[in-house]
Amino acid sequence: MDIKSAAIFFDILYPEIFLLAVGMFILVVGNIFKNRTFLAYLALVGLIGALVLTLQQWNAPQSGFYGMVQIDNFSIFFNVIFLSAGIIATLMARDYLRAHNIERFEFYPLILFATVGMMIMASSADLIVIFLGLEIMSIPLYVMAGFFRNDPNSNESSVKYFIMGAFATAFLLYGIALIYGAAGTTDLRRIMTDLGYLVSHSGFFLYSGALLVLIGFGFKVAAVPFHMWVPDVYQGAPTPVTAYFSVAPKAAGFAAILRIFIYGLGGLNELSVIFWILAILTMSVGNLMAIFQTNIKRMLAYSSIAHAGYIMVALSVGGDGAVSAAAFYLLAYTFFNLGGFAIVTLINSRTGSTAAIDEMKGMSVRHPFLAALLALFMFALAGFPPTAGFFGKFYLFSEAVKAGYIWLTVIAVMNSFVSVYYYLRIVVVAYFGKADEEFAPVSFKPAIWLVLVITAAGTLILGLLPQFGLQLAQMCMFSFK
Amino acid sequence: MLQYLALAAILFAIGIFGVLTRRNAIGILMSLELMFNAVNINLVTFNKFIGPDNLVGQIFAIFVIVIAAAEAVVGLAIVLLLYRNWQGIDIGNINIMKW
Amino acid sequence: MLENAYLIPIYPLLAFVIIIFATRWKEKLSSAISIAAILVAVIHSIFVMIAVIGRHGVPFELSVPFIEHPLISLETGIFIDPLTAVMLLVVTIVSGCVQIYSLGYMHGDPRWSRYFSYLSLFTFSMLGLVVANNFFMIFIFWELVGLTSYLLIGFWFEKDSASDAGKKAFITTRIGDLGFIIGILLLATYAGTLNYQEVFTKVADGAVPVGVLTMIGIFIFCGAVGKSAQFPLHVWLPDAMEGPTPVSALIHAATMVAAGVYLVARSMTLFVGSAEAAMTVAVIGLITSFMAASIALVQNDIKRVLAYSTVSQLGYMIMALGLYGFDVAKDPHSHSVGYFAGTFHLMTHAFFKALLFLGAGSVIHAVHTNDIQEMGGLSKKMKITSLTFFIASLSIAGIFPLSGFWSKDEIVAATLGHPVFMFFTLLIAFITAFYMFRLCFLTFTGKPRNQERFDHAHESPKTMTMPLMFLAFLSVFAGWVGMPWLSHGFSSFVYTGELQHHGPNYIVMLVSTIVAVSGIGLAYTVYFKKKISADVLMEKFKPLYTLLLNKYYFDEIYDKVIIKPLLAFTRMMWWSDANIIDGLVNFVGWFTIKWADAKMLFDKYIIDGAVNGAGTVCMAASWLFKYVQNGSVQFYTLVVITSAVGVIIYKVTPEGFVYYFIGVVVVALARFLMKMNRPEEGNVETEPEG
Repeated sequence: MDIKSAAIFFDILYPEIFLLAVGMFILVVGNIFKNRTFLAYLALVGLIGALVLTLQQWNAPQSGFYGMVQIDNFSIFFNVIFLSAGIIATLMARDYLRAHNIERFEFYPLILFATVGMMIMASSADLIVIFLGLEIMSIPLYVMAGFFRNDPNSNESSVKYFIMGAFATAFLLYGIALIYGAAGTTDLRRIMTDLGYLVSHSGFFLYSGALLVLIGFGFKVAAVPFHMWVPDVYQGAPTPVTAYFSVAPKAAGFAAILRIFIYGLGGLNELSVIFWILAILTMSVGNLMAIFQTNIKRMLAYSSIAHAGYIMVALSVGGDGAVSAAAFYLLAYTFFNLGGFAIVTLINSRTGSTAAIDEMKGMSVRHPFLAALLALFMFALAGFPPTAGFFGKFYLFSEAVKAGYIWLTVIAVMNSFVSVYYYLRIVVVAYFGKADEEFAPVSFKPAIWLVLVITAAGTLILGLLPQFGLQLAQMCMFSFK
Repeated sequence: MLQYLALAAILFAIGIFGVLTRRNAIGILMSLELMFNAVNINLVTFNKFIGPDNLVGQIFAIFVIVIAAAEAVVGLAIVLLLYRNWQGIDIGNINIMKW
Repeated sequence: MLENAYLIPIYPLLAFVIIIFATRWKEKLSSAISIAAILVAVIHSIFVMIAVIGRHGVPFELSVPFIEHPLISLETGIFIDPLTAVMLLVVTIVSGCVQIYSLGYMHGDPRWSRYFSYLSLFTFSMLGLVVANNFFMIFIFWELVGLTSYLLIGFWFEKDSASDAGKKAFITTRIGDLGFIIGILLLATYAGTLNYQEVFTKVADGAVPVGVLTMIGIFIFCGAVGKSAQFPLHVWLPDAMEGPTPVSALIHAATMVAAGVYLVARSMTLFVGSAEAAMTVAVIGLITSFMAASIALVQNDIKRVLAYSTVSQLGYMIMALGLYGFDVAKDPHSHSVGYFAGTFHLMTHAFFKALLFLGAGSVIHAVHTNDIQEMGGLSKKMKITSLTFFIASLSIAGIFPLSGFWSKDEIVAATLGHPVFMFFTLLIAFITAFYMFRLCFLTFTGKPRNQERFDHAHESPKTMTMPLMFLAFLSVFAGWVGMPWLSHGFSSFVYTGELQHHGPNYIVMLVSTIVAVSGIGLAYTVYFKKKISADVLMEKFKPLYTLLLNKYYFDEIYDKVIIKPLLAFTRMMWWSDANIIDGLVNFVGWFTIKWADAKMLFDKYIIDGAVNGAGTVCMAASWLFKYVQNGSVQFYTLVVITSAVGVIIYKVTPEGFVYYFIGVVVVALARFLMKMNRPEEGNVETEPEG
């Protein structure tokens, strides 16, 4: 622990503390009052409040808790992603949970606590704290996956997530222990400064530790071959939870990976090859498996694996440009992926729905506007101009080419072309599918409209006027070098 | 120091083996605990031999113990649900979602 | 008018938006809006053309920064030089004619409004592509063109063949796009900018090494190969005939396929910088042109003949452009006319090919078949259609003084100094004249071969014949702007490098006329006079005929060599994966799935995959399906630790990793075999990867 900044500075964690307080408050109040409709709003207030508090810290890097917590633009950028994802998921969840008669108030604190965990993960410069954040995030997520308490699918999802999650965490911990053994500290800044010495003196521990840590986080971001849990868990979990899973924990995992492997252990150039291989495996397997899926949630699960693969391209490239490209891509991905999931949530809210792709048939006739939005999100996922998806990929791949990773880019571009096939299939079903029976209408609630508007606006704005987002992403840097 | 590390590694491997082979969900939970404890041994060992001037490793070990407890709570709750809905906690049977 | 030339693509876009959101239910109004928008665009383009002529070749550029960023800087804007102005005019005029024509052709179609909105969207994308001022924008519009072509080709999606053709077009062109985007990214890396003028200045200054430039040139040309249906990606274009005929006219005459040629012409500086890249372009163009022309000889579907004719003519243009690049790369002061020839032919071809397609549409509209063997004698019933069709055929054959004559002549002139190219160019000209007049004679002259269809035939309505007549006018006169005697003709308007004046080359003119006339004459003797029996010819050249009729077996080769083996391989891999995994899983002792069910599932998915066809290309990598989801957590954890151990071994010794990998496979196989010998559930409790 660094003695130079020997102070606690609680104020740098105000957003997290605020969220925690609101979460606790909801837990207490939820038990007291019979009428619990306002609790979702309370959760929203908490998330938006935290968002405001977070934004106030922009461009004012600080450090606290003896250097263990590091608030810089990087962490704030990611915190904004987590909080936005939290807000959108909360908006989606309320009506969905009601439609399925499982609106229990505990859901909202769980989202809040998980978000706190992610925020801590992104704002930390110490392996211990990153681990703590990871666990604060994971434990609520295990519960959320099983939120359909009486549904075997949801149980299965939950137990798989739990076993796999804990298993990967054990690897991560072992890795951290080895790094600690090699460096005598868990402070990333000290590891970074002493890296050359450490490699020559205790290289074996350091490398093994780094690889084990990589495996642990590879699990969280669903890198192939540590992705096996993803489709099953995504399919079984309640749809808004799946939406949240596909964005927030993944972004958190990437925040931690970027922080550890580009900042702390950035000197270990040999790891680049492993990222290279993982990136290719991840996007290829994700895309190829997605083609054959008949369930939308499962298809989007594989699609999210593929997107993780694109982001991993940035990891093998390394450097500031790659960090901001990855950050930009994650922000864009948050919007269009959540948008896609919002529509799936709507479809899935109808009684008897299993979220099969065929359920989209006839959508364009009954809900032309919804179908148009679906097309927008799918095009964004497929990376078509003028959506954020296209721009994000363009930026990411041009960074890779700039760094000389031409073959990696070729494979990535090829993959993104393959992905067009299955995304387009959904649009084709929604527009051209001949419905055997009438498309059962979905019930629109204001909350879901709000979600659709936010996500569609985000997708289009980041695609048409990426200037602003890019500037933010460019400023999204680690404060201490 | 190596003996301690070897002990931890063996414990970890036993944990992995348990996770892989136990059909009983509780057994898997116990094996996971074993893996966490193997890490704790590592941490404490390193603290003693590498950085005895501070207590990072030991503090970390305490954190891990706390978190392992929290995980166990959630895990047991999930297993309880399984027991209710599946009439059993045999992990081998739980595979309705696949392909 | 130049300052707001960005409005030209906006008109059709507005029409699209209005139709989709407001007037979908009012069919007449929708088509009126769409046509009005395109007419405004035509007028605007004419003004732009006048303004560009007034600027004497100084390009106009308007650019707005899109993103200014130290890491990546992109802009959006318009770039108008003579080439752009010509393209604008061609695209808007052809699109206008096609839309008016569609009023008659699509009469009574249930998705009328949607059809017109798609046409508008397509026109928008194409116009955007033309006015773009940098490679980033052109790529965006390039993709949009591909996407909207999918909608249009698959417009009658109830027909499976139509939606398959749409998919095929989309996927095949995307293979080319893959190269295109890589080329653009490389360009961005080496030139540091994507703006046309800046890129070209940098390239001309030698800022990009020649080797890299060759790579960039070939990558960018890949995009053109896909979009302009060049060998070996030409297979989509004939299938794309499944779309409504006006759509074929639009896609194949003036827009989508022209985009590739336009791209090559636009980035000519890159090819001038690299003789190798330019030669590749020329050779691909020649191969395509010859191959497609020979296939067109024997086709009996009126639209397919035209489709192959299009591929062939595009090959011509590409070849001319490539030769120009090659000549200038070798000698900066070369007097090659290739650039002028290619772009000039692009313009004249747009008009007469649009006319041919629309004429064919008119015929199909009358007799309700595409098969020319069932037509014949139609000139009696369809005066305007047959007359305009003959004009277009004369034009494409290159008969003085129609527009095709002037441009084809220049292409022949461009091959001066390359005897092989020249020989094939003339041969292709001969074949072209022959098959076009075979088509004409079989369709319009002689005795009706299907009396019933003949009796029902009738001239098409005014909305269809008017565009025909207008395009016939252009097919005759549009080429006159490029007459070699003009001192300010097309050649001194659209050019790159230094301005040269090319005088007329009478020998070339004479030779190419003789070639064209003899081609027509042969067709006349065979199909009109019937002095030589076509059947006898067919018998004599049976193997060649079969080869051509089957389009050189391209689709079959792709199917046999690429798709089938892939599928078989996939099936094999899948099967073995499934078995291995089953063995593994069973060995650990908890897997109790019924094997027959799994097999059925796999079959279902494999067959699904095969049926879904388009996924086949990507199956190249499907052996990566090492880890099949079997739903068992413990198997998942097994995979995790196996991989984890693999990663660490890889780090320590990459060679060791290979052994490890083989070991894992062997262990898995061994367990599988053990399981085969002991069908009852195995409960051996050992670590597989210890």
